[in-house]
Amino acid sequence: MSGGHPLRDRTAIVGIGATRYWRRGESRPRTPMELAAEALLLACGDAGVGVEEVDGFALYSMGFDVSLFAQWLNLDVRFSAMLTGGGGGAAGSVGLAAAAIVSGQADLVASIMTLQQATSRFGAAFAPGDRDPGAYRAPTSVESSFLQPAGLMSPAQMFALLTRRHMHRYGTRREHFAEVAISTRANAVRRPSALMREPLTLEAYLEARMIAEPLCLYDCCLESDGAVAVLTTSAARARDCARPPVYVAASAHGGAGRWGPGITWLGMPDEIFASSGHRPVAEAAWRMSGLGPADVDVALLYDHFSPLVIMQLEDYGFCPVGEGGPFVADGNIRWPDGRIPVNTHGGNLSEAYIIGMTHVVEAVEQLRGTATNQVPGAEVALVTGGPAGIPVSNLVLHR
Amino acid sequence: MSGTAGPGGAAPAGPEPGVLPGELVHVVTDRWTAPWWEAFAAGRLVVPACGACGTRRFPPTPFCPTCRSQELRWEPVVPRGRIYSFTVIRHAVIPPVAEVLPLVVALVEPDEAPGCRLVGNVVGVAPEAVAVDMRVVIEARRVRDGVAVPRFRPAGPGVL
Ligand SMILES: [Zn+2]
Repeated sequence: MSGGHPLRDRTAIVGIGATRYWRRGESRPRTPMELAAEALLLACGDAGVGVEEVDGFALYSMGFDVSLFAQWLNLDVRFSAMLTGGGGGAAGSVGLAAAAIVSGQADLVASIMTLQQATSRFGAAFAPGDRDPGAYRAPTSVESSFLQPAGLMSPAQMFALLTRRHMHRYGTRREHFAEVAISTRANAVRRPSALMREPLTLEAYLEARMIAEPLCLYDCCLESDGAVAVLTTSAARARDCARPPVYVAASAHGGAGRWGPGITWLGMPDEIFASSGHRPVAEAAWRMSGLGPADVDVALLYDHFSPLVIMQLEDYGFCPVGEGGPFVADGNIRWPDGRIPVNTHGGNLSEAYIIGMTHVVEAVEQLRGTATNQVPGAEVALVTGGPAGIPVSNLVLHR
Repeated sequence: MSGTAGPGGAAPAGPEPGVLPGELVHVVTDRWTAPWWEAFAAGRLVVPACGACGTRRFPPTPFCPTCRSQELRWEPVVPRGRIYSFTVIRHAVIPPVAEVLPLVVALVEPDEAPGCRLVGNVVGVAPEAVAVDMRVVIEARRVRDGVAVPRFRPAGPGVL
């Protein structure tokens, strides 16, 4: 607990809680805030703390109304902040919690994501809306006006453009994306909480309908309902909680100016266009933690679209840039025998899509030694937030 | 420009396959982007360049990313380029798109403005034949009075 970056090892995750997961819209008539409260109460039970001890909220991706939430549960709030942006901030919300704790602004901070895709479909970009509250909306802007007239309306279509460039530049193939989808599904098959538990074959992958070429149905994540809460506190206090502490070795968020909004700009320089936009935050996390890719036992990489898992493997240095396709094809991300098992919980692709917070839960379970698909002796886990516009984020945890 | 729809051109009747129906096209502008749209609707392809240091940027933004100057000049470029990347949209995000699928959406860099990427539909070629680095002509597709959007057509032997 000494030396190095002021955030390093000063805080720990002590509680995790998740509702069950539903397919899109099926959690009604519960409300998203009810789901959030259920997840938080479960996380407090997991940590062995009273919910009244929660004094901070570190959220991302629009979050929710903390004032109403505090009223419902009668919580006195000392810290309430949110990372800007969307799903890119998932892992980074825990880093925001750590910053609040180390700076003395709060003691026990909750990071929560709650999603009910009947009320809002996260990822809806530029499509014209209609009166269905779950329909895609059209926040027309001067920027979207340069994309939308061609029919570019959804993240899948935009990430397809990055993916095609990756294929052109590096020779990456659909069979490589298939390996991400198939290995992730294989992990979900064994996990009771997963929404998709039928094995996926290469034949079924190759026959699936195309969404936005080169992305097919199985390259795209689920749309789900549910809530996940994670509790972070000081390393000292963590040792008095019910579960073994999972220490925050590092968390970085941000990105390069020439990445900017990323997929909603599409003007990024060629050397970073076919990437996840994570290279600057990857470097920052390795520097902050004093660790590197070789130290990581399990990687929970935000998988909204399977090719972006490959790009993150490159951007975090698990393999050289451009070699992510062959790297996954060689079995390197398979549980349990691959060099770096990825998304052992089934990810956004096959377990549930709660905008990346399930990845934090899985990292904690792995480091406690209680995961469904346990990586034997796992000591260090990497969690990433969604490749997206700035900020993208990450989290390096160790037991 | 070798477009089919300059000022005074008639908008096509009924949904045109391979391009987003005109009534779904949303274009809003501000004082930085309006000159680009006005020029394009008048049949001129231009790119913004910093008036102080010459750095080009696209789309037009209020500051030069290199020197932060707000001076801007508009440089005409020949409406020819190559496909930087593309996708073939096969799934309709909203129902009215279904009748024009598949939509090929490409990023095209004009030959004279590398790094400035226009977004538009590729027409006049089977989606299976579209490829990165394919040479295209950049056309102005008129969707309504005063609004034209980029459309790309493979450059044939007689065109270039
Ligand atoms: Zn300049």
